[in-house]
Amino acid sequence: MMNQDHVLHASQDDEMESLVLHDDNGNGNGNGNDSSGNIQQPSQSPKSPFNSFLDPPSYAEAIFTSFDSNGHDQTLEQSSRSGTGSGSGSESDCMQISVSDPQEEQELTNSLVPGGSSYHTYLITTRTGKSEVGVRRRFREVVTLSERLSEAYRGYVIPVRPEKSSVERKVMQKEEFVEQRRVALEKYLRKLVSHPVIGKSEELRLFLEVQGKLPLMRTTDVASRMLDGAVRLPRQLFGSESVAVDLNDVTQPARSGRDLLRIFKELKQSVTNDWGAAKPLVVEEDREFMDKKDKLMEFEQQLSNVSQQAESLVKFQQDMGETMGELGLAFVKLTKFESEEAEFESQRVRAADMRNVATAAVKASRLYRELNTQTIKHLDKLHEYLGTMLAINNAFSDRSSALLTVQTLSSELASLHSRIEKLEVAASRIFGGDKTRMRKIEELKEAVRVTESAKICADREYERIKENNRSELERIDKERQSDFQNMLRGFVVNQAGYAEKMAAVWEKLAEETSTYSSNNS
Amino acid sequence: MNSSQRSSSGASLSPRSPSSSQPFLSVSVSDPVKLGNGVQAYISYRVITKTNFPEYQGPEKIVIRRYSDFVWLRDRLFEKYKGIFIPPIPEKSAVEKFRFSAEFIEMRRQALDVFVNRIASHHELRQSEDLRTFLQAEEETMERLRSHETGIFKKPSDLMQIFKDVQSKVSDVVLGKEKPVEESDAEYEKLKRYIFELENHLAEAQKHAYRLVKRHRELGQSLSDFGKAVKLLGASEGNALGKAFSELGMKSEILSVKLQKEAQELLMSFEEPLKDYVRAVQSIKATIAERANAFRRQCELAETMKLKEINLDKLMLIRSDKVAEAEREYHELKAESEQATKTFETIVKLMNEEIGRFQEQKTLDMGIAFHEFAKGQARLANGIADAWRSLLPKLEACSSSQ
Repeated sequence: MMNQDHVLHASQDDEMESLVLHDDNGNGNGNGNDSSGNIQQPSQSPKSPFNSFLDPPSYAEAIFTSFDSNGHDQTLEQSSRSGTGSGSGSESDCMQISVSDPQEEQELTNSLVPGGSSYHTYLITTRTGKSEVGVRRRFREVVTLSERLSEAYRGYVIPVRPEKSSVERKVMQKEEFVEQRRVALEKYLRKLVSHPVIGKSEELRLFLEVQGKLPLMRTTDVASRMLDGAVRLPRQLFGSESVAVDLNDVTQPARSGRDLLRIFKELKQSVTNDWGAAKPLVVEEDREFMDKKDKLMEFEQQLSNVSQQAESLVKFQQDMGETMGELGLAFVKLTKFESEEAEFESQRVRAADMRNVATAAVKASRLYRELNTQTIKHLDKLHEYLGTMLAINNAFSDRSSALLTVQTLSSELASLHSRIEKLEVAASRIFGGDKTRMRKIEELKEAVRVTESAKICADREYERIKENNRSELERIDKERQSDFQNMLRGFVVNQAGYAEKMAAVWEKLAEETSTYSSNNS
Repeated sequence: MNSSQRSSSGASLSPRSPSSSQPFLSVSVSDPVKLGNGVQAYISYRVITKTNFPEYQGPEKIVIRRYSDFVWLRDRLFEKYKGIFIPPIPEKSAVEKFRFSAEFIEMRRQALDVFVNRIASHHELRQSEDLRTFLQAEEETMERLRSHETGIFKKPSDLMQIFKDVQSKVSDVVLGKEKPVEESDAEYEKLKRYIFELENHLAEAQKHAYRLVKRHRELGQSLSDFGKAVKLLGASEGNALGKAFSELGMKSEILSVKLQKEAQELLMSFEEPLKDYVRAVQSIKATIAERANAFRRQCELAETMKLKEINLDKLMLIRSDKVAEAEREYHELKAESEQATKTFETIVKLMNEEIGRFQEQKTLDMGIAFHEFAKGQARLANGIADAWRSLLPKLEACSSSQ
């Protein structure tokens, strides 16, 4: 998230400038806060010492909006893609999410610590057509939601949730942190809602509608799971019990605390696999996947680079605006000084010239600041897509773990078969059979049957995830194309628009000082 | 008013009068050449004089001068023409000397050209013998004079120090820290306060102007880096969108160049005039100090004269044989005192004339600077707008080919 602090921070000089151009200073932070780029209606401020020295601004010049590529007022675009991700845009589909009203609440624990710890809850309002639902959630519940979605929608590119960020929490002021989190939550939920599949998910619906405690289970419940010995699948693999396999377990990746033994097994497998690369299967399809993955990695790097440069650009634009403003103020002071001390007519003329310079400089300074606010909004898309890259990576690891499961089961099958073979060969040498060995062979054959069904499930899961990957990438690619196109257009239109406004300001000053031009005698 | 032209002669030149009838003196400083090596490197300039003044050797003369020659001239004028605001010269920059960038050299040349022309335009200063020497003497003569003077007037850096001492002394005097006698002229007090405050205001404006130059350079560099990064992104995209990115990147780089260019313009046409203004005010402060010295001397001599007069009367009463000597001393002192009074009164008169001219000149100088500033910024803004606008149809083309 681009650091907007330097745009929103109101320095003393801001106030002076505002006095100078008779802008309404009542908003405290001047123009920075107004996302639409509108300048507030200018009004007189009678206490300003500089009142008489600068002309009141021409309102026609001062008020304007920022334009996007279609000439539409950008403010309208703010309530953006909530619910119209697939482009349907019908009234009933359109869900508008807002996160507001953070409140501090006390932790109700049996903790021995007096006073207890506190946490914040946020009011999440969902507006669908005419109806509206509001629930209170704390961040922990958001984490739960995100985890459940990751489990249930493997292979999908699921928007990444805001960070827990414990470091920032310590460093920032509480209000600042809470506000930052509120904004991040809003963005996150809006993204979820606009995802064609996730937006319709039950998990999300529960999160948004059910009052009180969130009815979704937390998944990382280490202690109970481990003790439960809920490692059914691996036990089957070791062949000690003939318990029906819960095939659902196959479709989940091994998780810490839950399937420790399975992880161990798969780890062993992956060591032979070359961890994370998922490449042993020399299937054409996979090569295509690998290419795509490489390309995406390259793209991510370039994107990150551009994003960094964009941040610098914004900073330097900001600096330019500030210095221009300071120059203007210096000339305001000079104007006042020369006017008051004027003994000669030439001084009065000079004072008038300086006043014109001051006005132009201050106007230009404000234009720079507004340009910057808009630039940040446009270039923030770059940042957003860096987040998307992360989500894509997650979808890819879903695929990798599914593949790993398939391969583990494959190699397990292979080893079972070979053990059976060995035993059969050994048993056939003994006339009449070896009771122990025969029993063992039977057990192994049972294990084979179970493992084979598990593998069928795993295969199906893997294919499903692959398809999710593919369709998601296609969807995202299309979105990205249009998003970036809009971003570019918006950025360019903005730069051009503001440059033209600045040119007008300077041309006016050139006109006012044209008597000094070398063309005149 | 023709005196607005910096490089023209001071006398108003009507277009149809033949050059020989009206007295004119026209000077130009050009062709900087770097000479010498290492620490002793310096820049020499060609000074071309065109004149019909009878005191001059001929209609045209070309000499080679270096920075310290200009300093010599300024010092001599300051000594001889007390009361007149001597045009300022650019600072001796010990650091930049070693770098001697093309921009620095050009800026210095321009400032020196302005300096000499202001002298040539000033109705009194242009008559100066030292000016004639400066404009005509052989290099060896100049060198001799220059090194001779450094003995008395010290190196420019020391002179700067003296200036500073004078400034602090003057401010002490103005603020009434020192005891010595002061003029009780209320208007003059007002002028002094005005000059001191003006310097502060101007220095601040100049500081921000300089920073603005830096901002232009920084933003230019940033746009260049941004452009490169965007081009790389375009390359990894590949398709029509990638092309759009590449175009954007290229435009950014073009704009970066425009910004660097404007930064230099800004430095020369806006920041430098402001700096020049500050120097001019500092020169006035030096004249103020001279006036204070002259006033003090006048008072001291008047005091001493009174004492001598009383002493003389005493001696005359007692018919001492020291009377003759005392009488002689008294008359000498009287002459000196009258001279000091005359010096002081000349300074006052000159200053009164100068201040009006100074204000007018500055309004003109700054007017030109403001105009150039406005033109430059407008040019830059229009260039930026045009560049971005020209990109839009390309962007449309890229998106329609989706």
